[in-house]
Amino acid sequence: MLQIVSPGMVNAAYLVAGVFFILSLGGLSHQQSAARGNLYGVAGMSLALIATLLSDSVSLYTLLAVPAVVGGAIGVGLALRVNMTAMPQLVAMLHSFVGAAAVLVGLVTFLDSGGLHLGIEKTLHQIEIYIGVLIGALTFTGSLIAFGKLHGIIGSLPLMLPARHWLNLAILLACVYLGKVFIHADSIDAGLMPLLLMTGLALALGVLMVMAIGGADMPVVISMLNSYSGWAAAATGFMLSNHLLIITGALVGSSGAILSYIMCRAMNRRFFSVILGGFGGGGGGEAASAIQTHGESAAINAADAAELLRQAASVVIVPGYGMAVAQAQHPVSELTRHLRAQGSRVTFGIHPVAGRMPGHMNVLLAEARVPYDIVLEMEPINRQLSETDAVLVIGANDIVNPAALDTPNSPIAGMPVLEVWKARQVIVLKRSMASGYAGVDNPLFFKDNTQMLFGDAKQSLAQVLRHLTGAA
Amino acid sequence: MKIGIPKEVHESERRVAGTPSETAQLRKLGHQVLLECGAGVAAGFADADYQQAGAVIVPAPGARSLWQQAELICKVRQPQQHPELGLHEASLLTAGKTLLSFFWPAQNPQLLKQIAAQGATVLAMDAVPRISRAQKMDALSSMANVAGYRAVLEAAHHFGRFFTGQITAAGKIAPAKVMVIGAGVAGLSAIGAAVSLGAMVRAFDTRLEVKEQIASLNAEFLELNFAEEGGGHGGYAKPMSAQFIRAEMALFAAQAREVDIIISTALVPGKPAPKLITADMVAAMKPGSVIVDLAAEQGGNCELTEMGALTTQHGVHIIGYTDLPARMAAQSSELYAANLRHLITELTPQKDGNLRLNMHDPVIRATTIIHHGKITWPPPAEPPRSISDADTETKAKPSAETPTPTPSPATAKPIAVARRRGLFTVGGLALGIAAILAMGAVAPPSFMNQFIVFVLACFIGWQVIWKVTAALHTPLMSVTNAISSIIVIGALLQSNSPDWRWLALCALLLASINIAGGFLVTQRMLKMFRK
Repeated sequence: MLQIVSPGMVNAAYLVAGVFFILSLGGLSHQQSAARGNLYGVAGMSLALIATLLSDSVSLYTLLAVPAVVGGAIGVGLALRVNMTAMPQLVAMLHSFVGAAAVLVGLVTFLDSGGLHLGIEKTLHQIEIYIGVLIGALTFTGSLIAFGKLHGIIGSLPLMLPARHWLNLAILLACVYLGKVFIHADSIDAGLMPLLLMTGLALALGVLMVMAIGGADMPVVISMLNSYSGWAAAATGFMLSNHLLIITGALVGSSGAILSYIMCRAMNRRFFSVILGGFGGGGGGEAASAIQTHGESAAINAADAAELLRQAASVVIVPGYGMAVAQAQHPVSELTRHLRAQGSRVTFGIHPVAGRMPGHMNVLLAEARVPYDIVLEMEPINRQLSETDAVLVIGANDIVNPAALDTPNSPIAGMPVLEVWKARQVIVLKRSMASGYAGVDNPLFFKDNTQMLFGDAKQSLAQVLRHLTGAA
Repeated sequence: MKIGIPKEVHESERRVAGTPSETAQLRKLGHQVLLECGAGVAAGFADADYQQAGAVIVPAPGARSLWQQAELICKVRQPQQHPELGLHEASLLTAGKTLLSFFWPAQNPQLLKQIAAQGATVLAMDAVPRISRAQKMDALSSMANVAGYRAVLEAAHHFGRFFTGQITAAGKIAPAKVMVIGAGVAGLSAIGAAVSLGAMVRAFDTRLEVKEQIASLNAEFLELNFAEEGGGHGGYAKPMSAQFIRAEMALFAAQAREVDIIISTALVPGKPAPKLITADMVAAMKPGSVIVDLAAEQGGNCELTEMGALTTQHGVHIIGYTDLPARMAAQSSELYAANLRHLITELTPQKDGNLRLNMHDPVIRATTIIHHGKITWPPPAEPPRSISDADTETKAKPSAETPTPTPSPATAKPIAVARRRGLFTVGGLALGIAAILAMGAVAPPSFMNQFIVFVLACFIGWQVIWKVTAALHTPLMSVTNAISSIIVIGALLQSNSPDWRWLALCALLLASINIAGGFLVTQRMLKMFRK
């Protein structure tokens, strides 16, 4: 056994790694420092790994190398291949891995803990294992379902089981009861049964919980699972008495929690009503019909849209999930370049919950090389909309729905929205007149200053661009 | 509702308050449209076209019969003496009838009183409030747009030279230099038209906020080195200090020697137009230069302007036409008719041809100057916005934003809320401290040690994450995901477990995917963010 690093040095390395992780998150506060932030993260991770490997608790290097190299290669492959539009799926899948790892580590810890602890310490240790496995299992299946929904393998409509709240509650109560049995178990064999049973129940709960959540709430779900994966790591840290795991888990857990809070606030929804699910399905039905959408929407063709844009001195572009689906970020970027070259002021308005995960639109626009300093958040855009000549809404619906402000019984009432109708002209690029994920009609489409450009966003934009450049 | 469109009687007026296409739109709202025969001829719209769009033509001499039949009269100019009927149009506006037209109630108090006495209703197009929602009814802006455009054409017509620069076999043609004073709707329209003709355009405005709009039209913004901002209410400028005006005049004097064309649009609401171009400046201009004074009706920005006329003084053509929109009657009529139709749409919410004046609607309230014989002009000032509807910033830190020692009723509420919130915070803190102390009483020291680290790390996370910019939320998630795979350390530490090693190895595999994938994909994303 080669022991180069003393336990004290390992702890010191963990401390430095923890600081690196904090710097890493701090670096993300600005675009300029963000790439450096990520490198801090890599540095922290490398330091922690090296210190652990050199400590006297690890020895089987050849055996460890196999899964590490294979896993690393898979990770590199995924990261290099993934399409930016598929980023939410990838993140969801990676969350599930953390959850699964937490379950496995928890199980091994339990199976190996032969009489290490006594009295209250033992009880605490058992609780730590139990909670770690519970959160890990929940994260694992929840993330897998989220992945399936985002990837289109599973329908995005919420699954509304009858009495699902009771079912979830029953599972939770069963978990608490099994926990009591587990803590009082006096041998490993006696404890294994309740632990495995609970793992199964938690896996089922993860499935049920995310199945019941509609597509519109995905940004909340993803941030919530992000948070869970952090808490799972922190719980693992408690059970292994490892401070670095606790610190990192707490950082990630609070990060996800804050993101969930920001997303909920952006939709004016309570966290619990999101988690309880059902949004965008039957629940919205009767309220949706209460909104009177009268009149007919005016359609516009690509040539007229191009003319309108040519004459506009200021243009705001509001992208939504539809832009991601149509992969239209590149034509959007080209259109932006063209409009800016002709002297128009072009800005982008990004709603916090546009897309399927926090910041989704920003990543897509960055991929298409739209300069980030013209990509603004909702509040500054709302302030300038009344001075704007033309708004281009690309595949967004609920986030530009005036019903959120003026129809109190609408399911999205009170949700802050981009008030695009205040601009002189609004062009909405849309595939059809179908309603958004929230299942709510959108009175914006019937406003006098709104015109609809129907069709696939990518093709429509390409046509507009051809007319603008005079190529058609 | 029968809508009547009479022929305008003012001698230089060529506009008309309705067009064939808007007639069709009005009919969709359930209205009937009556047109005095020949009303649109001067603007280039034939009776037959209106008829085709569904209007009923009242045959000549139709004025009296039209005013009698119609319940809602749409006009361009305010009522005036009718030369053919020999009576004032206002006297035809009997009880129950409604008039939509420009009215200028401040300038025509007598007319206002007379019509009110007859019990009619008047909506003045010049009283449409300048707010976003009412933009489609803002006829003043429509007309200012036309006037600005036409001003450039008038200038070009009298200038005798090209606007655009050229280099030809016969020599070089210098581009015309145009100065636009006042970058309101008319000024911006003039800038756009002059730029598109190829002139070098510079513009001046006391409101610094229009600098960007001027730049967006590829014109130069003339700036004074002077710290005073002239933004007033409703997009108009406010009067400026004496020093400012001196600096401004010096600038104009310097510009007058250089430019070929001056288009001035400076107006201050409710006051005569400011005199910005003196006789000396005119004399300093090159012969053949042109001044178009869009403020002629309010006395003119130039000392030498004659209202409604073209004069040549010191070799400079000074145009003081007050009927620029009427000189593009077809375009002006189309825009004005569309403004009217939008207003009528608001007045016909059910689209059933019944007029409803909802006096609670701020736009309709402000536009209505006589309501069933009662003068409702000027409209009451808008109630001041209470603090509670102000931006979220105010809400976020109520204590900092309300420093007044004696809070008014409007500010008292947020303070009460803040106090209540403060109590909650104190209560929550006390509960939290009690819970932690209770935990410390039972938990072993080793656990408390870890717990300290955990809680402090949560706090650091809380502080750091709020600073992350919203644009980077996706990279934030992928980087936190990557670092949460620190759980790999757990897997490594358990690799010595004799029986359950394979489970630990599985965990290692999963965590490794995460480490490599998470960091790499974050790096890939962050590389794309560029200025």
